Amino acid sequence: MPITVRIPTPLRTLTKGADEVTVEGENIKDLIDNLEANYKGIKERICDSDGQIRRFINFYLNDEDIRFMGDLNTPTKDGDHISIVPAIAGGNYNI
Amino acid sequence: MGKDKIGTQKASSYLILRKEAFLFPGSVGDEKMGFVKGLKCRECGRLYPKEPLHVCSFCFGPLEVDYDYDGIKKVLTKTVIESRGKTMWRYRELLPVDGEPTVGALVGFTPLIKANNLAKVLGVEELYIKNDSVNYPTFSFKDRVVSTALTKAKEFGYRTVGCATTGNLGNAVAAQAVQAGLESYIIMPADLEQGKIIGTLIYGTNVIKVKGNYDNVNKLCSEIADKYGWAIVNVNLRPYYGEGSKTYGYEIMEQLGWKVPKHIVVPMAGGSLITKIEKSIKEFVKLGFIDTADTKLHGAQASGSAPITTAVKLDTDVIKPVKPKTIAQSIAIGNPADGFYSVKTIGITGGWAEDVVDDELVEGIKLLARTEGIFTETAGGVTVAVTKKLIEQGKIPRDESIVISITGNGLKTQEAVLNRLEIPKIINPSLAEFDAIMEERMAAIQ
Repeated sequence: MPITVRIPTPLRTLTKGADEVTVEGENIKDLIDNLEANYKGIKERICDSDGQIRRFINFYLNDEDIRFMGDLNTPTKDGDHISIVPAIAGGNYNI
Repeated sequence: MGKDKIGTQKASSYLILRKEAFLFPGSVGDEKMGFVKGLKCRECGRLYPKEPLHVCSFCFGPLEVDYDYDGIKKVLTKTVIESRGKTMWRYRELLPVDGEPTVGALVGFTPLIKANNLAKVLGVEELYIKNDSVNYPTFSFKDRVVSTALTKAKEFGYRTVGCATTGNLGNAVAAQAVQAGLESYIIMPADLEQGKIIGTLIYGTNVIKVKGNYDNVNKLCSEIADKYGWAIVNVNLRPYYGEGSKTYGYEIMEQLGWKVPKHIVVPMAGGSLITKIEKSIKEFVKLGFIDTADTKLHGAQASGSAPITTAVKLDTDVIKPVKPKTIAQSIAIGNPADGFYSVKTIGITGGWAEDVVDDELVEGIKLLARTEGIFTETAGGVTVAVTKKLIEQGKIPRDESIVISITGNGLKTQEAVLNRLEIPKIINPSLAEFDAIMEERMAAIQ
């Protein structure tokens, strides 16, 4: 059984509107690479130029923030659920 | 019956007109009410229309309201502001609404108190309390953001609103949704203080308790907003909602006689308020309402939930999330949405950040109550205790002006002090028994 990934609205243009997709992978990094193989362009949106998850994205594995586990190296297994959730910041740009 | 209906309509129209004349005398003849150009990504600068959006669809950066400051400068002056009713809406050109506020018209303009008694205890010369514990209608600064967000929600045509809350926000959304005629859903951690829960349920809203902490609730609310299409005020209306916090800063400056204090100490949960106070100061400088902007903004957290103060002390802008463990539940956010920006704000303004343990925050609550007669909640206790610490550390010089931000009311978090107060003696209605107590007290004094 593959891993289910919940896709937030801003990324659904890349998943043809799907709010949930399935993918395989042994850890989060692997999973993002496999998402990219299926939905070209999605990795650039999730990760910054250093390959790290962007500052304003929260990644949850079975409802736990991966930063409390192993970040990109957090192992995944069949049946897991991933949620990609935009962080909800307000910002304060220079006026 | 028809006559009655017409009569009622006339009466209510009269009341509305009278209220608006009282609240917004400056509105008559205004050529333009809205000054929002659109939304702008804080990170990559991409522009978006004025819609219920909150993240950049490309880089996930937060979206910020983009104002026409040149237009505002033409119509908004200190005289215009001073001529208006004493509510947060006296600054409405600097808020992201297109017309008159339709929700929370009486919110804000809370007292700024010269706190001489507390100043004496802390050994400082000039100290003020900005007291949002008496904000209307639900006794916290969250009334400000909610009146802004719900006015915007109505402009967008939403019928259902909601929030992820540590308590105060839920109180404010539930109460103001009733006033606005909107349905509301309040999502909260299951273990909040009783005062916060009752202070939400009483309004007949839909309360959902979640097993987990605020960060779990916040994640769930992001998914709810995505799926149900409701206006979750601190999720998909966040760019508009957060702007309401600026009025806290505007009021401090106006109440000080159109000038800034040297220091403002601000409680930090998600970290938004401190960034919005910084923005309020920048905007007043831009509009020429104040001359200088040399205020140092200091952040306060509870040690059991201190990801932002930790980052400041480690000189990094990388926020490492924590699992909160503190009685200061209203600021117990382990993954602060605006943590990155609040670290920036503290750094840019030359401020600092500190945290205090639960015993210290309780002492902070008692100190404020016993010097200034203000009963604040746990977050206020944190802010008072951190102010004391920063003064003792020399981060705040004793001869410079200080404002302590009190953002919530102690009647909502009585559990925090319940077992920390003297137990009153119980006597019969007998003067002899009262005399005995007085003799005991006199003996103790001698």
